[in-house]
Formats: sequence, C-alpha cells, structure tokens
Amino acid sequence: MATTPVPASPTAKTNHIGLEVARYKGNKSTLCAGCGHNAISERIIEACFEMGVEPHRVAKMSGIGCSSKSPAYFLNTAYGVNSVHGRMPSVATGALLANRHLIALGVSGDGDTASIGVGQFVHLMRRNLPLVYIIEDNGCYGLTKGQFSATADIGSKLKTGVVNDLPPIDTCALAIQLGATYVARSFSGDKRQLLALLKGALAHHGTSMLDVISPCVTFNDHEGSTKSYSYVKDHDAPVSDVSFVPFFQEISVDYDPGTTTDITLHDGSHILLRKLAADYDPTRKAESLRVLTESHEKGEIMTGLFFVDTQRPSFVDLLNVMDEPLATLPEAKVRPPKEVLDQVMQSLM
Amino acid sequence: MATTHVEPKEILAPAGQARSVNNLSIQVATVNGSGSQTANLVLLRAIFQMGIPVSGKNLFPSNIAGLPTWFTIRASKHGYIARRRDSEYLVAMNPETAEEDVLTLKPGAACVYDERLNLKRLRDDVMFYPVPFDQLVAPVCPDVRLRKLVRNMIYDGILAKLLGIEMEEIHKALQKQFRKKAKAAELNWNAARAGFEYAEKNLVKADQYFLERMDATQGKILIEGNAAVALGAMFAGVTVVTWYPITPSSSVCENLIEYMKRYRIDKETGKATFAIVQAEDELAALGMALGAGWAGARSMTATSGPGISLMAEFTGFGYYAEIPAVIFDIQRVGPSTGLPTRTAQGDILSTAILSHGDTKHPLLLPNSVGECFTMAVDAFDLAEELQTPVFVMCDLDLGMNTWMSDPFPYPAKPLARGKVLSAGEVRQQGGFERYKDVDGDGVGYRTLPGTPEPLAGWFARGSGHNEKAIYSERPEVYTQNVDRLAHKFETARQKVPGPVIVESARHDVGIIAYGTSHWAVEESLEQLRRERDIDAGYCRLRAFPFPPEVHAFIRRYQRVYVVDQNRDAQMLGLLRLECDADEIAKLRSVRHYNGLPLDARTVTDEISSQEALK
Repeated sequence: MATTPVPASPTAKTNHIGLEVARYKGNKSTLCAGCGHNAISERIIEACFEMGVEPHRVAKMSGIGCSSKSPAYFLNTAYGVNSVHGRMPSVATGALLANRHLIALGVSGDGDTASIGVGQFVHLMRRNLPLVYIIEDNGCYGLTKGQFSATADIGSKLKTGVVNDLPPIDTCALAIQLGATYVARSFSGDKRQLLALLKGALAHHGTSMLDVISPCVTFNDHEGSTKSYSYVKDHDAPVSDVSFVPFFQEISVDYDPGTTTDITLHDGSHILLRKLAADYDPTRKAESLRVLTESHEKGEIMTGLFFVDTQRPSFVDLLNVMDEPLATLPEAKVRPPKEVLDQVMQSLM
Repeated sequence: MATTHVEPKEILAPAGQARSVNNLSIQVATVNGSGSQTANLVLLRAIFQMGIPVSGKNLFPSNIAGLPTWFTIRASKHGYIARRRDSEYLVAMNPETAEEDVLTLKPGAACVYDERLNLKRLRDDVMFYPVPFDQLVAPVCPDVRLRKLVRNMIYDGILAKLLGIEMEEIHKALQKQFRKKAKAAELNWNAARAGFEYAEKNLVKADQYFLERMDATQGKILIEGNAAVALGAMFAGVTVVTWYPITPSSSVCENLIEYMKRYRIDKETGKATFAIVQAEDELAALGMALGAGWAGARSMTATSGPGISLMAEFTGFGYYAEIPAVIFDIQRVGPSTGLPTRTAQGDILSTAILSHGDTKHPLLLPNSVGECFTMAVDAFDLAEELQTPVFVMCDLDLGMNTWMSDPFPYPAKPLARGKVLSAGEVRQQGGFERYKDVDGDGVGYRTLPGTPEPLAGWFARGSGHNEKAIYSERPEVYTQNVDRLAHKFETARQKVPGPVIVESARHDVGIIAYGTSHWAVEESLEQLRRERDIDAGYCRLRAFPFPPEVHAFIRRYQRVYVVDQNRDAQMLGLLRLECDADEIAKLRSVRHYNGLPLDARTVTDEISSQEALK
C-alpha cells in the first residue's frame, strides 16, 4: 500500500494552533471497561488535536444512551448538550442555525439513531447540515441492559438466547440515499481507519455520517452477536484504505494514481482512498448503495468511506443565513426601526 | 377600473318599526372553499371604513372544500366585539344548512338567500329577500370556472343596499383586498354592483336594521392575532424560527416568513438576519428552538395543543437545563379529527406544568391582537432573562379572526438578553458556575458556545447536575437545584405582566377571566349591571405565575367567578393550586366549551343563575 501521509508528529507537544493534547481530553469515562465507545472518544480527541480544532467552537451534541454519555469524556473545555432520547439532531440543528461557526460533533447510538430517533436522523441527513454525526453502534441498548436495537443483524443472539428475527436498518445506506454527503463505516478497534475517517469528517462541510461498530462488552460481545469484537474482526471488509492529509500539511505522499482516489475537501484537505474493491468510486451514489447491499448479502461488514459529495450546499448555506452568528447580532440588525412598524400599521388601516 | 358611484337614497324602516342602527350581527352561511372569505372580509372592512366598530368570526370546518362554514360580522356602536349567539341578518348560501339556519333566527330577523332554496315557506316572522345569484353572476363573470368564487360578492352588493353600506367603501375594501390583482378586483366589483342594482330594483326593505357612518374606527387597524404575533416576534428580534404546520397556528409562521423576508434582510450583505425552518414534527421544532436558545439565539416555535403534547419532554429538558425559547400556543379544541378548527382555552393546565418531574412554566395570556404583539416582545425578554421556555397562550378565535385594534406601540425598552458572560468576564472572575444563584434571584449566569475562553465551556444536561453543570446524582444536589428553580419561578412572578383590575364599589361579585374571554366579559359586566343590578369587579389575568394582585383581588371579593373556555375549569384548577383555603372557598366557575368563541350572554346567564342560588 501507499505510504501513509505523515500526520502531525505524535511526539509534538502542541498542535498547529498551539494547544496541547490535554486541552482535548475530557472527564474520566463511566462506561464499562473495554467499551468500544471509549476507544471512539480517544480517536475523537486525537482527530481534534491533530486537526487543530479550536475547542471553544465545538458543540458536543448527544441524545440518550451509553453513547450519548461519551461527549463528557472528550473536549472538556468545549460546549455541549446531552439532550433527550433520539432528538440530538434537532438540538444540533438549532445550535448551528444560531451560530454557523460552531463545529458540531454529534454522538449518538444505534437505539438513539435508528429506533427512537430515526425520524430526526432521516431529516438531518436530508438537510445536509454541516455536522459530524457519529453512531456508536453496538446493536443493543446498553444502558437499559441489552435489548436489541434496530441495527442488530437478523439472526444475531442476545446473551439470554433471544434471536433477532427482524432485518437491520443500514444507517449508512439510509444516510446516502437521503442526502448525507460524507458517509462511512468503521470499527472502534480500527484506530488508523477511524482516525482518518474522523479527520476527513471534520474537514468536510456538510453532514458527515460515521457508523462506528462498537461492541458492547457487557451485553453484546459474545458468540452469536454480529457486533462482537471477534465477529467484526473476522467479517470486516474494508472497501478502501483511507488516508487523510489535513490542509495545513504539504502533500508528499507516495501513492500510485492508478490505485488511489484523491478527494479534496472544502478546507483543502485531502482524503486518499486506496482501492481494495475493484472500481470503487465513492463519488457515485448508486455504486455505494450497491456495494452496501452486496456486503449484506455476503454477511460482510463493509467499512471505509462509502460516499462523498463535496459539491452539495449545506443547509445553512441554503438558508442564506448571515455569516455573523445570528445569536449575537446587535439589536440594530434584528429589530426593524419604528418607520417599519408605522408602515405596516398604515397598511392595516 | 370603472366605478359607479351610487348615491345612497334614504332608506326608511318599515312602518311601525323603530330603526335599529349600528347594532347588528350578520351571519353568512356558505360552503367551504367557495371563495366566501373574500366577500366576508370586504364586507367587514367596508363597515370598518364607515367608522363603525366591527368584528368578524370565521366558523369553519376542518376541510378544504365542501363542508358548511359560517362567518359572523358584528357591528356595534358601543364597541362590543365579542361573538353574539343570535343574528339579525342571515345570508343563506348553503343548501345543506339553510333550513336549520333560518329556523334558528329570532323573530324580526332578515334573511338574504339564494332563491332556488325557497326558504320563504319556513317562517312568516322573518323578512325574506330572495336573490337569483346564478342569474346575476352569469353576465358579470363570463368565465364559468370563476363564477363559484365571484358569486358571493353579489351578497355584498345586496347587503350594501339593504343595510346602507356605502358602495364606495365596498370598492375601497375590494381594492385593499386584491391589492395588485386589478382584474380580480374588477370582476368582484362588477358582481357587487350587480347585487346592489338588483336589490335597488327588486327588493323592498322590510326590516329595521341599518348601518350608518360614525367615527369610531379612525386610526385603527384590522389584523388577525397570528399576524400580530408574527409582527411582535419580528420586533422582538427573533432570529431562529422552527415550526411544524398545525391549525390554527400555521399562519403565525407563514406571516412571519413574509414579514422577515421583507424587513429582516441585512441591507449591507443581502443575507438573512434569521433562519426559519419547517421542521419534521413538533418534537424537532422545539428541539431546534432549544438548540438555538442554548447557542444564544432568540428562538421560537408556534403550535397548537397536539404539538404542545409532543413538546412535553423537550419542555422539561429546557426547564431543567435552563434554556430560553418562546412557544406560541394557538389553542384549539381537543386531539385528532373533529374540531381542530374550533376555539378553546384547552391547554392551560397541561401547559403550565408541561413535562415530567417538577416543572412549571411562565404563561402569557394575551386577550387582543395588541397584546399578541406586546406579549410576543415580552415573551422573548422573559425567556432570556429567566433562561427558560416561555409560553404565549393564544387561541383560534384570537389567532385566526380579524380584529380591530389601535396601532401597535413600538417597543419602548431595548432587548433584554439576560445574564450572559463574555470571554473577558469569565477570565476576569477566573471561571464561572453555570447554575449558581449569584444574584439571589434563582437565575444563574450562562456562556454561549463559541465563547473563546477555556473556562467558559459547559455541558447542558437534564435533571442531574451540580452548580458547575457537572453530572451529579447526589440527593442534596438535586434538591438544592430544584429549590432554586422554584425560587426562579418567584422571580418570574415579579416579572410577568400583571393583571388588569377594574374594581367595583360593592366587592361582592368578582370575575376573573383571561384571553379572548375578555370581550364577552366586558360586555357581560354591562349586562349584569343593567339586567341584574350586579356590579361586578373584574380581574383580567395576563400571566401565570399569578402576581400577588390576583390573590389580593380574590380576597377583596365575596364570590369570584373564574371564566374558562374549557370543560374542566382549567384556570380555576391552576388558581386552586396557588391559592390558600380562604381564597379557594370563594372561587366559582363559568365554563364554555362548544368550540365557538365565548359570548356575553353565556357569562351573564351563568353568573345570574349562580348568584340567584347564593
């Protein structure tokens, strides 16, 4: 494979905006030891640090569930809302309308997204709101002790022996079909891929939807579960090998143009995809859906960046909203003068 | 367009009848979707332009076309604008309801009707004016497809002739209604004229009702409550509006979209100083409003009862996380199909304590289009000052009907944005504690996301957090927090608009009412004095929590009647929650809940009969 582009040196004490990695850390996790979600939090910390994200601009948004607790475990100095079950998308939407300069990092779970929150999820994807939406996907409800969620695979078993006989919702296929513009799947245990995908998501302007398979060590990491560590490791079929080059780095990568796709994101960053599947082109919607459908049929868990569209305008752009945050516009901009009221009153006489 | 000025000839009342001038109610019965709204509003406006106080109530079905609809126009020289139960004039255009409509008329009333309906046979104590509508519309409207819509304008002309409405004013009202659509205006004007000319040649005035020019509407405006709410929100500086369509609230945001597009585009950049989003449902509508409120925007949504139910969980979250947002509830009758297009004060109790756990919310209670405007402005200030969701409780009658009003006053106070710390302030004080009651009013200081200061960051959560907004499940921390929230509600009590009280010298009978009940109560006070020698004091509630003056009012009177437009006396119930035993013992109830706006007679009769039993 091609040489991985050089990320910001892990030994450097500060990133390119002069912050130490400590500034990106959060409180101590209260999730179970070994929970895949903790690994995802670590990757988020790394991605934000390496990308030089300004913590004060980050809005950490979540719903309810184990996943939704995790925003407390990264970026302590950022802002956040742990909202209500399945309804983080609406809260995040409102926050971004109020201040379009916020970097929204939404963390949800499979129950939070695909069951109670599927309505809001669907409409969030349609709008292409500029936000990173991470599903910490373990196929079960951890916080209420292990019931199936709507992403549980057909035939998978609970610890109690109950077998799931309903087909799963593929959140990636759904997101692609509905209009999300950066859609990927990864595995909490795949540090390198997940980090590259997260960094790409942070550089993307539009909805980035990352479904991260994250085994529940307490309720769903056993034989019979298709979201266990061992199952995912055995059935993981990367669609491409993902590398990410932030815009502030010079691209000095040794790659073979014949086998690699280079995607330039809005801020000038590059995503390099080394193809594993023949003819895979993540800019073709129909192709991405075909690949996902086929992987289901084969019982594989396809990972990687399935779809990216850097052209579609984001929701905030569509609304023609001012560049200055609406939240802090001065009175002179938001309260029309008395002449306007007089004029309206006159027209009603 | 051609106009024919018709000199009004003096019309005499039939022999033996006294003229009744500027005191009548006209009921127009039509079929939904037949374009009658234009004819009715033109009629209303023409009477208004003649200087006569007027009000209009549209009683319409939950339907786009085909079901019966009634529009009542009340002209009152005394300025009473509540609905009246009976009418002096009926315009019967709907074959389905015509017979019933005629049979409910009081003796001496008049009925203009489509002659095909042959209504004359039904009564001999009503004056009938048959009109061949189809025959009249054909020559003025060659396009067959438009005839159904234009046909109704004919009764405007008929009524103008019979009642003495000046055709010049009908013409002016038509132009106002159609603004730039000159062709449509001309078509309708021709129809109105055809009606007038027909009446002049063929109808003999046989009733006693007349309208004559007076001077009581000079300088006043006509507007629907929902448009007034929209204007209020715009002048309150709203920046994020998220909504889901629901009758009868939709026109709040539809009006707002029009106003904002016109008056809130930044001149320098051509960009919007606002974002308006039609959400996927009411859950999302309030979620977005709260997200925006958390990020510092002045945010709102507008909805009705079913939406309020869906917003319950988020409202509780807003209460506990202490996030401002304004919710306009245009109340209607109960859930699902049936009477969604009828009015009620049906959400008072459920909204006051909406959500789960210990929650209570400020409610503002506008009675008029003027208060729709001023209270919209108040609501945004209160929401940010108190850092909590604030509800403005309108109803369908106020929101969707056209009301006469004085022009709205330009807001006198600057926007009150509440306690928000800047990066510098946080740095200077070495941090901040989000939920600490620093000032003793129960309201903490907040920072907005994006504030460039590491010590300014915080994490909003529901019920479990300490003063520093850090997760906590400790019993004493929870108790302390909800006690502070209760204390904050006391601050709200001081800040919300106080009641409007009209004292009586006698202090035996008191009336408490709120919202649109005011207009019936105002008239009922006069009826009670005249008919029963009851001189009642009157306290009009304008907000929950109830300021101390409300309790003082109850204590001053022996018997206090609480007027509710719902079955279960919801405001009475809320008062019971807040009053002491002595006050509660004085409270009695007047309830009205048939989906129609409250009328004075209902209030007068109910109080009279309860007083007779006292």
